[in-house]
Amino acid sequence: MELLVAIIIGVLVASGVYLCLRARTFPVVMGLTLLSYGVNVFLFAMGGLKINQVAVVGMSPDPTDPLPQALVLTAIVIGFAMTAFLVVLALRSQGELHNDHVDGKPDDGGRS
Amino acid sequence: MNLAFVVMLPFLGAFLPPLVERVTGNRTLLACGAAALPALALALLFNPARQVFAGETLHSTLRWIPSLDLSLAFRLDGLALLFALLVLGIGLLVILYARYYLSAKEKAGRFYAYLLLFMGAMLGVVTSDNLLLLVVFWELTSLSSFLLIGFWGHQTGARKGARMAMTVTGMGGLALLAGVLLMGNVVGSFSLQTVLESGDVIRASSWYPVILCLVLLGVFTKSAQFPFHFWLPHAMAAPTPVSAYLHSATMVKAGVFLLARLYPALAGTDLWFMLVSLAGMMTLLWAAFVALFQHDLKGLLAYSTISHLGLITLLFGLNSEMAAVAAVFHIINHATFKASLFMAAGIIDHETGTRDMRRINGLWKYMPYTAVLAMVASAAMAGVPLLNGFLSKEMFFTETLQSEQLGALSWLLPLGATLGGVFSVAYSARFIHDVFFNGEPVNLPKYPPHEPPRYMKVPVEILVALCVAVGVFPAITVAGLLAVAAAATLGGDLPEYHLAIWHGFNLPLVMSFIALFGGIFIYSQRRRLFDLWARLPEVDAKLVFEGRIQQLGRVASAITGRLQNGSLQSYVAWAVTLVAVILLTQMWHLPALSLDVGMLPMDGVAILCTAMLVAAALLTTFLHRHRMTSIMSLSVVGLMVSLLFVRFSAPDLALTQLSVEVVTMLLLMLAMYFLPVRTQVESSSVRVLRDVLLALVVGAGVAVLAFLVMTGETTTISQFFMDNSKSGGGGTNVVNVILVDFRGFDTFGEITVLGVAAMGIYALLKDLNLASAKYDSLGRPWAADAHPLVLVTISRPLLPLALLIAVYIFLRGHNLPGGGFVAGLITSVALVLQYVASGVGWVHSRMPGDYHPVVAMGVLLAGLTGVGSWVFDYPFLTSSFTYVSLPVIGKFELATAMLFDTGVFLTVVGATLLMLANLGKLSLLDDKRENA
Repeated sequence: MELLVAIIIGVLVASGVYLCLRARTFPVVMGLTLLSYGVNVFLFAMGGLKINQVAVVGMSPDPTDPLPQALVLTAIVIGFAMTAFLVVLALRSQGELHNDHVDGKPDDGGRS
Repeated sequence: MNLAFVVMLPFLGAFLPPLVERVTGNRTLLACGAAALPALALALLFNPARQVFAGETLHSTLRWIPSLDLSLAFRLDGLALLFALLVLGIGLLVILYARYYLSAKEKAGRFYAYLLLFMGAMLGVVTSDNLLLLVVFWELTSLSSFLLIGFWGHQTGARKGARMAMTVTGMGGLALLAGVLLMGNVVGSFSLQTVLESGDVIRASSWYPVILCLVLLGVFTKSAQFPFHFWLPHAMAAPTPVSAYLHSATMVKAGVFLLARLYPALAGTDLWFMLVSLAGMMTLLWAAFVALFQHDLKGLLAYSTISHLGLITLLFGLNSEMAAVAAVFHIINHATFKASLFMAAGIIDHETGTRDMRRINGLWKYMPYTAVLAMVASAAMAGVPLLNGFLSKEMFFTETLQSEQLGALSWLLPLGATLGGVFSVAYSARFIHDVFFNGEPVNLPKYPPHEPPRYMKVPVEILVALCVAVGVFPAITVAGLLAVAAAATLGGDLPEYHLAIWHGFNLPLVMSFIALFGGIFIYSQRRRLFDLWARLPEVDAKLVFEGRIQQLGRVASAITGRLQNGSLQSYVAWAVTLVAVILLTQMWHLPALSLDVGMLPMDGVAILCTAMLVAAALLTTFLHRHRMTSIMSLSVVGLMVSLLFVRFSAPDLALTQLSVEVVTMLLLMLAMYFLPVRTQVESSSVRVLRDVLLALVVGAGVAVLAFLVMTGETTTISQFFMDNSKSGGGGTNVVNVILVDFRGFDTFGEITVLGVAAMGIYALLKDLNLASAKYDSLGRPWAADAHPLVLVTISRPLLPLALLIAVYIFLRGHNLPGGGFVAGLITSVALVLQYVASGVGWVHSRMPGDYHPVVAMGVLLAGLTGVGSWVFDYPFLTSSFTYVSLPVIGKFELATAMLFDTGVFLTVVGATLLMLANLGKLSLLDDKRENA
């Protein structure tokens, strides 16, 4: 199981990084979303994996670590706020600059 | 009497003048307003001063940042008292003077405010009992000096002068901070008292030379010592009251004050003698020489100030107790005669309209009263008998004669001192003769000049009277203050000395006479000297300095231009490369990777889900040019991640992820309405290859890292949370209790961030004009049916159901998976569904569409819950709970954490809807424009 989760984290991070390096706003937004999935799962995994051991007092004999969960829970919500902000920023730059390049200007060809 | 209060008074006073200025245009009232609190501070010092004269040292300490050993500690000993009197006394005189100096058009309120700010800062410097605090005030004096020099900001000279002063003294301040930090480290405390008692420790430390050099950098820049003297003449662009106050009487004395203050801690070594006395001697001679050739009245006084500061520095550098006494004495004398001279220069400037001594001549006829005052003060500056300058200069000559630290070259010191005296007399003579006699005025802008307003002369009269009184009756005027101040400087007993006008016919007296007649002789040869001077190449420090600064600016912007080339892609690439490098280089320190470790067994479902997730993530990436498809597969990734959370015992996360997924998808879809539906190919293949490589390295590195942590031994602090969740937080769902109780402050911060992000989005969307595409990527028009009937019909009954579930999830959150975050998201999803199905108009006709108040209420509620703990004397956000029994419902628990969670709930709902509804409204605007 740990191997599978590690693979998932790796794929999410790699896809996220690749998309973040693209030149248009939309792929960057997608990339950051993937990257934050990857980071969230990574943080979550730091507590170790346990099956059917919910961190509720009295419900499981050997409960899983609740702390990474609490951290990740807020991270998910903040991640959403960040994505939303980024999307709107992309819209605003589209509105002001009439293109969706991350540098705010149409590409000069070879550079990107 | 609390000293801290006295120091704070001028700071408080700085608020008064701008306020008074609003109420009344009366300049006298304004000056009174400015003077009120400093006068009070001076009065409040009366009793403490008596204690200081009785030999006590007063301390007062308020805690500030104990972890940094930084406290608001103040002390009042003789030295501090002397400087406090100078700062407040001369400050009051300057306020009176400025009342008449500033014209009615000028923003006097602002001027007084800056002046009082400086006064408070300077008072802080001289009374600090903590070295770090001293540095803080020290910086404040530089800042307020900057504001005051640049007061006439419309003149380039003022702006450049202010900038130069700020740069030079600011760099000195940094060096001083470093020196003080080292000193505090060596001693083990930043308390001035401790530092002063640990002189032997400091001098014995191997850090001593470094500490000394750094502290002296601070001192020399502040007190305009060679080779940092060049800023002071350019600071003369300030209004003259400022020059009189900051750049002669007080701020430039902060440097020599520090020499006096740290004398017991740092002085007494050969290094001290070499550095301090050498710099002092160089400054004394060079500045005195240059002063003679200044045609600007204030320029002459500025160089003379530098020269006298050099004299004081030299005295401190001599390592003799008597020399230190003489230095303190000269500080007092210089402050009185130089401040009055500056004021006189200001009067002349004011009445003639120029400061050029080649034009101002023969003023004796026009303003004899001012002339007498200025002549007496100049005579004191020259060291003429029966005036205060004579007494300290005599002591100075005596000390140079007695110093033997240069061995066989010891005769150099008295020689230099006499030479300095000669030039000092020469420029004083020029000040008197050139201005008040020497023929008729030449082409004055204001003619004929006349005496200034009566009260403008009062400050000058008081200071000149002091010069004479000290000069004639030293024993009954200044002796007491000098004794306590000098004793505090030396940190022990005073050497045997007595102040008298007549010490008999001795060598110092001979030196004085040589200086007097030599000076007059040199002045009489001035024509030839001026010609010689005019032939020397002119070096304008301001031009050199500005040139250097601009050069630095060019280099900096060249470097910045290369690194910060405006391409986000390259920034991200650099950041990711750094991560890759760190991952690669640190990998070797990790334990060997092995699959032969204890793992949870895999099963078919897990493998299938992993495969789906990986496939969806890769699809999102590969198909990112087809944006809609990409969004679809992204949603699969999100769902799979929620399943992952479900599988590994994190139901709270799964719920949150699921609902966030829904709103994220909605958001992306809404955005797609305005963005191009396809991304064109534009990256070169080399770049794509590079990016793929980077992505693979980082992805693989993170995966390995995660695997190692998951399979390795870990320790956790969560046992504490598990044990105390029920007893301390009143809930069994530990994740939720951590969020709202144990780490409630973090959560509070996070919902604040959420609120701020929502406000940011609102601001970004305001007045945004976006044209939407009318067709999809294949050229088909968007569906005309904006609100399909099926969706409308289903969505409406869903709303109450969803809200019910939200309430349920919220209420049980403390004990079972759920809570404010999840409930908030569910509510948002239910409401957003109504927007999607029935349109903004329909929703807003049924409920208020303004969500800022909801966000604000949420953050406020959470914050107030935290503050509520204070009422019961608990730290911020301490939760409390009780069990309540109600008929029908039975026993349930009521926790303040519930209130906090409500705050979280409201913020989440408000922020999500604020974002989505405003984005949705955007398309509405676009449609309206189309229809109009």
